[in-house]
Amino acid sequence: MSLQAPLARVLGLGSAKEGAGHWWAQRSTAIGMLPLTLWFAYSAMGLQHGNYEMVSAWIAEPANAIGLILLVVAVVYHSSLGLQVVIEDYLHGGKGFAAMVVTKLTHFALGVAGIYAVIVVSVGAR
Amino acid sequence: MARSDRPLSPHLDVYAWQTSNALSILHRITGVMLAVGAIALVGWLVSVASGPAAYASVNGFFAGPIGALMLFGWTFCFFYHLANGIRHLFWDAGYGFDKQRARHTGWLAVAVALVMTLGIWAAIIAP
Repeated sequence: MSLQAPLARVLGLGSAKEGAGHWWAQRSTAIGMLPLTLWFAYSAMGLQHGNYEMVSAWIAEPANAIGLILLVVAVVYHSSLGLQVVIEDYLHGGKGFAAMVVTKLTHFALGVAGIYAVIVVSVGAR
Repeated sequence: MARSDRPLSPHLDVYAWQTSNALSILHRITGVMLAVGAIALVGWLVSVASGPAAYASVNGFFAGPIGALMLFGWTFCFFYHLANGIRHLFWDAGYGFDKQRARHTGWLAVAVALVMTLGIWAAIIAP
């Protein structure tokens, strides 16, 4: 029997961070993206020969604009969680830290840019 | 155990290649590719917000050979990640773990991805 306290035995051996929250967020964004991505892929096929007026009018349609914002949020959230795990698995130390910061900030910027773009197109069409 | 030599997951080079781990790493690779695709999605939205000239250049790039090849690759990545992701959700709920079933659903995910990708691009290319 070890004289180590139970805490001393587990410290540094596992994640003990926010694993369950990450797990649920990954799954719930995945389920949310099932309809959103299929809707977008189907719509994008219809827009492939569209000119600028047609595409911007489609984005400005309120239901489409809301769908696109939900899609952007779900995509960057899910993608950020996924790349986080890949970085945790393969990159360590300073490299891992740098990759994590760049990844998180890039996803945040992508989310802001995507939402802003949809709003600009929607407001511009009024 | 010292902190420095605790086990790290997942070491690609210590497993014999078989269906399960090949399809598992393919899920990761397609996921990373789709993360790059998220940049294209947002870039496309921002180009529409920036006006007709910006939209025309982005649209022109994706209509060209390199852009179209990227879209083709993302189509496969998307449908594989989608189908295999559904497989993961069933596993999360406790279903489909036995060896034979897991192998079948894995190849089903690959088949779905190939059929959807080729079907969609046949529809796009056909006049």
